[in-house]
Amino acid sequence: MLTAFAILTDGLVYAAYLFVVAIGLSLIFGVMKILNVTHGSFYAFGAYGAAIAVGAYFNADYAAAGGFLLMGVVAIVVGLVLGLLIERGLLRVVYGRDEVVVVLVTYSAFLILEDVLRLLWGTESYALYQPLAIGGNVMVGGLVLSGYDIGLVVFAIVLAFAASYALRHTRYGRLLTVVIFDRELAAAFGINVSVMYTVTFVLGAILGALGGAVMAPKIAVTLGIGVEVIVLAFAVVIIGGLGSIEGALIGALIVGTCRAAAVHLVPQLELFVIYAVMALVLVFRPYGLFTRAQPRKI
Amino acid sequence: MTWRNTLVGALAFAVVASAAVVLPAWLMSLATIALANALVVLGLIILWRAGLVPFGQALFYATGAYTVALLGRFTDLRDAVLFVIAAALLSGILAYLVGLLLARYRDIFFAMLSLAMSMILYGVLVKTETLGSTDGFHVESATFFGSALHGRTAELVLFWFVLAWCALAALVVSVYFRSVAGSLAVPVREREIRLEFLGISVNRLIHLKLIIAGTLAGIGGALAALAVEHVDPTMAYWTTSGGFVFVTILAGAGSIAAAFIGSFLFELVRSVAVDLMPGTWQIILGTVLLLTILFLPGGLGSVVTVGRRRLGIKTP
Repeated sequence: MLTAFAILTDGLVYAAYLFVVAIGLSLIFGVMKILNVTHGSFYAFGAYGAAIAVGAYFNADYAAAGGFLLMGVVAIVVGLVLGLLIERGLLRVVYGRDEVVVVLVTYSAFLILEDVLRLLWGTESYALYQPLAIGGNVMVGGLVLSGYDIGLVVFAIVLAFAASYALRHTRYGRLLTVVIFDRELAAAFGINVSVMYTVTFVLGAILGALGGAVMAPKIAVTLGIGVEVIVLAFAVVIIGGLGSIEGALIGALIVGTCRAAAVHLVPQLELFVIYAVMALVLVFRPYGLFTRAQPRKI
Repeated sequence: MTWRNTLVGALAFAVVASAAVVLPAWLMSLATIALANALVVLGLIILWRAGLVPFGQALFYATGAYTVALLGRFTDLRDAVLFVIAAALLSGILAYLVGLLLARYRDIFFAMLSLAMSMILYGVLVKTETLGSTDGFHVESATFFGSALHGRTAELVLFWFVLAWCALAALVVSVYFRSVAGSLAVPVREREIRLEFLGISVNRLIHLKLIIAGTLAGIGGALAALAVEHVDPTMAYWTTSGGFVFVTILAGAGSIAAAFIGSFLFELVRSVAVDLMPGTWQIILGTVLLLTILFLPGGLGSVVTVGRRRLGIKTP
């Protein structure tokens, strides 16, 4: 019973963080039809930025609330700078090429940024321990839960609702829905698709960096975290269906719970389970759980 | 025309084989690895011609490598030829099974599903103690036709052995490219639905491509394991697959020779870059890949065709 409860809570926490990373990836794919490997770099830069800036902030003994706010600021700065750089400088040139070719372009940008990380901050690892200490611990049903984890879950839920509200009820969101549905038609009706692309990509980048920033206190921030997270985020969005918010949410919950179950019951199968589930979902729903089948074009 | 190409190819392999005698040791071990990896790239070129990019070819590469390693560890077999044939068979069968599922997918989903498959193997390898876990394990050195070799002779014979497999693979693939199934690759990439209207099963065409590519990758992995004498789970990791895709894009889908030349250049640049500018290898990799995609979409192989066209020579 306790194990089941532990699996559930661990799964939920893991799902919360996966969701923050995956929603940006899914947003970018939904609008631009680009599977963005560079998302791993956004995540890594967000984590490094948070570990260094927020760490320095706490060491200087300012008010705790500001530190959490600073995480968001770091994410926005990273997302703005990298997002604009990649979209304006690189992707702009390859729009209209094969989807797979564009994936390779983002892959090369990812490779370059991995080394930029190494050149900027070296090979040592950074730890951001203060937020966990400030969050404290809570006893729930015989289990010790970290306050920071609970905050993360609440944050992910708020983000999910905010994203879904923004997409359905704001002007930008509804225009975006049109672009997702048919890009050419949207352009014909006077929507500036080019600007929508830039805004979407930067938003996605900010979300990716935010995922790194909120995860920084829970991991050792070191080289290679971008490589790890990108394959997990892929699994999440592929299971849920690329380009759908509900999909990213359900995908994150599935991957989170499966991983937590594996960690508690059969630790050897941790990675195996995630990809086995992904393969299984694709067997029965070739385009993920939450996408409609596309008609084939001649 | 075709027999002329075969002749040129045979001549090139003969020249490389005889040049090996005077090659310095570092260059030869580099070339051995490059040739082994070129087999994987050759398989990827078959798929890339049909517009498919698997981000999980390391699955078969690692399967081949671990087959050799495990045979050496748990049996008394030491024969190199037997090792490679076993690896080819096993990865071929695996490719057939995976292909049953994978052949139904295209584009990004094809790439991602193959990635998932290779990550499943990676997950198993990392967590299994008997398979060496994260550190991997040592590969017993193989014997060639019953005799165990040492030192320079062993390196030289291994190089020729790898080269022989490459020559065989190049021949088989060139035959395949000229066959009906092989020449349908471009129609598959352009408009596969038209092929289906002609009564051709595109899924079956792609399944065959997957089996050939998987077998080649398995042979490549087996040869790499013999050359490095060590296997570890990173052979199945997605960055390994990414490296192979990189060389494929660099080489281009146009020619078989480009796979070997591209693979060799890749290894050469890597060893030079790691020596001279440590920590910037991935920057070089990424930049070259970008430049290739932007300015040379046909890859290195297309330089020859474009050059010929400029000079007014008809391409075969």
